[in-house]
Amino acid sequence: MRFMMIVKATTDSEAGVLPSPELLEAMHRYNEELARAGVLLGGDGLHPSSSAIRISYPEPGGKPKVVDGPFTEAKEMIAGYTLIEVKSREEAIEWALRMPDPHGFGQGQIELRQVFEVEDLTDNPEAIAKENALRQQLEEQRKA
Amino acid sequence: MTSSQTHRTIDAIWRIESPKLIAGLTRMVRDVGLAEDLAQDALVIALQRWPESGIPDNPGAWLMTAAKRRAIDLLRRNKLRDEKYAEMAQTTELYTEDDLERNMDGEIGDDLLRLIFMTCHPVLSQDARVALTLRLLCGLTTDEIARSFLTAESTIAQRIVRAKRTLSSRKVPFEVPEGEELQERLSAVLEVIYLMFNEGYSATTGDHWLRPLLCQEALRLGRVLAEIAPEEPEVHGLVALMEIQSSRFKTRVSASGEPVLLMDQNRTQWDRLLIRRGLAALERCRKLGRPLGPYALQAAISACHAQAPAAADTDWARIAALYEALSRVAPSPIVELNRAVAISMAFGPAFGLQLVDELMHEPALTEYHLLPSVRGDLLAKLGRMDEARSEFERAAAMTRNSREQQLLLKRAAECGGSPN
Repeated sequence: MRFMMIVKATTDSEAGVLPSPELLEAMHRYNEELARAGVLLGGDGLHPSSSAIRISYPEPGGKPKVVDGPFTEAKEMIAGYTLIEVKSREEAIEWALRMPDPHGFGQGQIELRQVFEVEDLTDNPEAIAKENALRQQLEEQRKA
Repeated sequence: MTSSQTHRTIDAIWRIESPKLIAGLTRMVRDVGLAEDLAQDALVIALQRWPESGIPDNPGAWLMTAAKRRAIDLLRRNKLRDEKYAEMAQTTELYTEDDLERNMDGEIGDDLLRLIFMTCHPVLSQDARVALTLRLLCGLTTDEIARSFLTAESTIAQRIVRAKRTLSSRKVPFEVPEGEELQERLSAVLEVIYLMFNEGYSATTGDHWLRPLLCQEALRLGRVLAEIAPEEPEVHGLVALMEIQSSRFKTRVSASGEPVLLMDQNRTQWDRLLIRRGLAALERCRKLGRPLGPYALQAAISACHAQAPAAADTDWARIAALYEALSRVAPSPIVELNRAVAISMAFGPAFGLQLVDELMHEPALTEYHLLPSVRGDLLAKLGRMDEARSEFERAAAMTRNSREQQLLLKRAAECGGSPN
């Protein structure tokens, strides 16, 4: 099972303030622990939303509306993620609890989300086959 | 937290902590069976206490302390009374309480590495190595191991008990081998991991959850090994091979359970993340600057397929060259057969057929259905339909897999003419 540990943005991360050396060190140690346990699949940190754009579709079927960053609600944005592969939801929770407080001044927030994998969508082989066929069709349309 | 939730959490903690715990304890008490018993004792104490007291902040250290206390208790109580420990005390300079203190802060990675060299030790049979490794390094239960190998639980339990006894009676040391022995022993470790992986990967029958579990455990163990033995190119080679093969896990069998050939798989469904990880592992291997070993070469071949956007884009000339290199470091008729296929794809079926014909009298391949199957395919491409049909029929008679048999008979029928 794959899980994504999402670190939420804070006023600091949005302002482009780098974490303290202690925190960086703790994060490094944590990632090393994940790697040594063989559960780490990947992860990245994101630039502040000042360099981001947001695309929205206010009209159903209408044209996209593009808004430049920065965006205001820091807690609704993400600053980075770590992807892990584990045997159970409890194991994912245990690892997420071991992640250091990602910001250290009261705004730290980690969200743990399970990643969809084909077989999670359904146990029905026919439905899986259909979904696969649909994906292939989309892919072919994209190529055409 | 309800009590069942706490138990599930303890299971998860056990999975994360038990290999480190058992490795650390083995270093202290020099007996892997005793170390596992001590770790289990600590788990039992945790199961009694944690539902009431809550989960401690550092459960790993808590478990280690509890296990260490048990070790000291045992040491005091059994010092001379119990034969086993008395004998151990004479033969292995049994630990004292001071040793236990001193040994608490060893390098965890080194201990894990010592433990895996122990569980994959050549004094054990291949089956025993796999079972013991899954048990001690992956933290799987006997039941899980039994179900994933479609074996009775009692068989696996007995195998593990006997393996631990053998390690103890043969006085297998808890150490990382050095010098020339290292390469040989490392190959044994990699072999166990790859065997585990293939057991899960190649079978299409059995419990649909536990077979993939074997692949995942093998891959996880490989990733661990890559962190604790980063200077060994073949470790990265094996990890790369398993990552790339895993990227096709979901496409290698159709929805109705039939095996799908590599060339016919839906590439858009290959797991890009695992491919990227596989390529990165291969790069780590290459950067060590030593000649590529068998796992790295197989990974490089697998990478060629992974990097081709469509089956028609496959760089067969490169694959043929890699098979040639592989046949030098790990010669085998099966590698030769694969090389013949790559050559036929790169340079035409006539060249491939020539190589396959040379393999026709290879004793190791007389029972191998893929030889006539490949030969049939090449003959069909050359328009020699009658010969092709009889090869497909021969292959169909040789395989034990009924789905494969149907596929081969279908190909035979497509060659036209009347069946022999």
